[in-house]
Amino acid sequence: MKRLLLILTLLASPLWAVQPDEVLDDPALEARARELSQGLRCLVCRNESIDESNASLARDLRILLRERLVAGDSDAEAVDFIVDRYGEYVLLNPQATGANWLLWGAGPLMLLLAGGLGVIYLRGRARSKTPSEAPLSAEEEARLRDILDR
Amino acid sequence: MITELGHFALVLAFGVALVQMVVPMWGAWRGRAGLMAVAEPAAAAQFILIALSFGALMWAFVTSDFSLQLVVANSHSAKPMLYKISGTWGNHEGSMLLWVLIVALFGAMAAWFGGNLPPRLRARVLSVQAAIGVAFLAFILFTSNPFLRMGTPPFDGQDLNPLLQDPGLAFHPPFLYLGYVGLSMAFSFAVAALIEGRVDAAWGRWVRPWTLAAWVFLTIGIALGSWWAYYELGWGGFWFWDPVENASFMPWLLAAALLHSAIVVEKRESLKSWTILLAILAFGFSLIGTFIVRSGLLTSVHAFANDPERGVFILAILGVFTGGALVLYSLRASALEAKGVFGLLSRETALVVNNLLLAVACFVVFVGTMWPLVAEMFLDRKLSVGPPFFNAAFTPFMVALGLILPIGSAMPWKRAKIMRALYPLRYAFLLALALGGLAFAMQAGRGLLGPVGLFLGAWLVMGTVVDVMQRLGRGPGKLRRLRRLPRADWGKATAHGGLGVTMAGIAGLMAWAVDDIRVARIGEPFDVGSYTLTLRDVSEVRGPNYLSTMAEITLAQDGAVISTLRPEKRFYPVAQMPTTEAAIDYNLARDVYVVIGDAQDGGGWAVRTYIKPMTNWIWIGCALMALGGVLSLSDRRFRVAAGARKQPAGVPAE
Repeated sequence: MKRLLLILTLLASPLWAVQPDEVLDDPALEARARELSQGLRCLVCRNESIDESNASLARDLRILLRERLVAGDSDAEAVDFIVDRYGEYVLLNPQATGANWLLWGAGPLMLLLAGGLGVIYLRGRARSKTPSEAPLSAEEEARLRDILDR
Repeated sequence: MITELGHFALVLAFGVALVQMVVPMWGAWRGRAGLMAVAEPAAAAQFILIALSFGALMWAFVTSDFSLQLVVANSHSAKPMLYKISGTWGNHEGSMLLWVLIVALFGAMAAWFGGNLPPRLRARVLSVQAAIGVAFLAFILFTSNPFLRMGTPPFDGQDLNPLLQDPGLAFHPPFLYLGYVGLSMAFSFAVAALIEGRVDAAWGRWVRPWTLAAWVFLTIGIALGSWWAYYELGWGGFWFWDPVENASFMPWLLAAALLHSAIVVEKRESLKSWTILLAILAFGFSLIGTFIVRSGLLTSVHAFANDPERGVFILAILGVFTGGALVLYSLRASALEAKGVFGLLSRETALVVNNLLLAVACFVVFVGTMWPLVAEMFLDRKLSVGPPFFNAAFTPFMVALGLILPIGSAMPWKRAKIMRALYPLRYAFLLALALGGLAFAMQAGRGLLGPVGLFLGAWLVMGTVVDVMQRLGRGPGKLRRLRRLPRADWGKATAHGGLGVTMAGIAGLMAWAVDDIRVARIGEPFDVGSYTLTLRDVSEVRGPNYLSTMAEITLAQDGAVISTLRPEKRFYPVAQMPTTEAAIDYNLARDVYVVIGDAQDGGGWAVRTYIKPMTNWIWIGCALMALGGVLSLSDRRFRVAAGARKQPAGVPAE
């Protein structure tokens, strides 16, 4: 029984994130590959980059990416090569094209909008007179004098 | 039998919650004290009933009662006791029960400790809180009943997901839920105040402890989750910008904003309608989080249930509560008149800027999280929004926040002079700048991330120290004044310093981590950074419900052995799932993180080693933030608020 379980262990053991046999000999090229693969999504996983994923598809993509880099592709060419085959979905960093500028612009635009509203509000606060700053009524004056003279 | 009692208690709690929702609200409207007084015993009864029900479910897990569907699907008799207990909420149905238990807990706390609230406001708060309970109790009873039996009970269960078999599960979800659900109190207060049409300094004072408590729990919950992911998932990531993480992060950001804006309401009677809006939105985002986790709408590592029916139900709850509250808000917000007047340059303005940055940062996270869905539905583009986007779009807001924080907190209320706020901070700023510059010079040609993070961290910590010293004034008696400093001030200093520590830790980890992947042969040492690692042995070990391949790796520096690390690769036969258990040598400067992989064909084992600088600062900073919240909560002002109100109305003049 124990032996059976051990065999099962070996069969089901995870294909691990980057494997030693994938690593390129040229450290500069490998560093580029690692950097790029952190921005590519493992298609069968839930929100993992191919650099982190244990899935075999991620391994295939890592190897493919490294092949392209070894073949002399630039970073952009290598990524484009993969996007051409697997679609925009693989890019963890969404391109700022088409309607996506809304995504990228959302933060700055909202900051401008909210900042504008904030300035209007703050100026209003700085100018407004509240009841507490209105002059004292005769009754209050009398009471104040009473307190001060005591 | 116990299971049936638990089920029955849950149904009864639903009935009690219905009464608590309707009767006090009616009483408050009609001004009938007797009807309003129903709220307190009802809140207590509802809590006790749900607690009984939760206890019954836990009992079923502890005794491995395999006649319950839920226990069969999520437990196993060989599972260690801790995980049997925590397995109660390691699944959809059980976690919903925990959720609603906490809703009722907060309601009961408001009933027990809310003695200083005006009766009408208290009745309305408890009624709104009960409405939330009703909605979620209905959700549990009609779509996710944990007490369903099996027709023919099996001999053993299917085991809990091995990734969840970790002490992390025992603490991470309860804290997170305490935080999520704690925000329901702020929501209930906001809705009650809108119905009342009155928000004043007293309201700000009542709502703040609840928000603060929720924020503290949320901070602890998120930090625990992040730490858990760090050591459990096997590659040392601490934050993935996963939809579900974002779902917990958005309420955190808004709760932080609410915390600060409620100060302005309390001290200066301004920003009222914005604070109400924030309270509604903060809980709204909690509900959105629940919806994301339970509906399976967005793919995530956390998703519990991928059931459209449940998703629609929660969407309805979300719509009714957030939508209803926002409608009420639009009708009543104009009644909330601001009183305080302040200059363009003042503490108030600084807090407005704080709110602006936090709210917009939250908006960025929200847009990024939902964008894949929007793009697919309306643009017909299937795309991903991952960490690179969030790192680029979110980080600037946090940098800006860190930059202005020490200046803003040095400003006085009402009217400030910029030079007077900046002047005492000059040394802190220069020192922080020098530290950042030093880091930049030493790291030789890497990005700005590390130095900027270190600068911000030092600036925040030292700015906080300067702030505390400013409070002590000049001349003798400083020590006495230091002792007399209100706890709220200590809380503020601790939390702000903690934020700095966390920022520095995140930047240090992301900028300066080193990793190494190789085939290690037994007995052959290899170098990573300034460390020498040697794989000594690999052995098979049997755990209570798993099999493990355990390596023994010695970690040495300059020839001296620092520690022995035992990374594991586990296999859970019942769930047929492997997991990696990293071995980590912790210290303040860096973590050495080792993972063991497969045996290689040519002999030797795959080994990954990471050196992760300053990692622990992230969690120490979070702990400091939470501690700051607790200190602030223990401030005298909150403790004596009840007594203070009972003083005679006319205070004699001096």
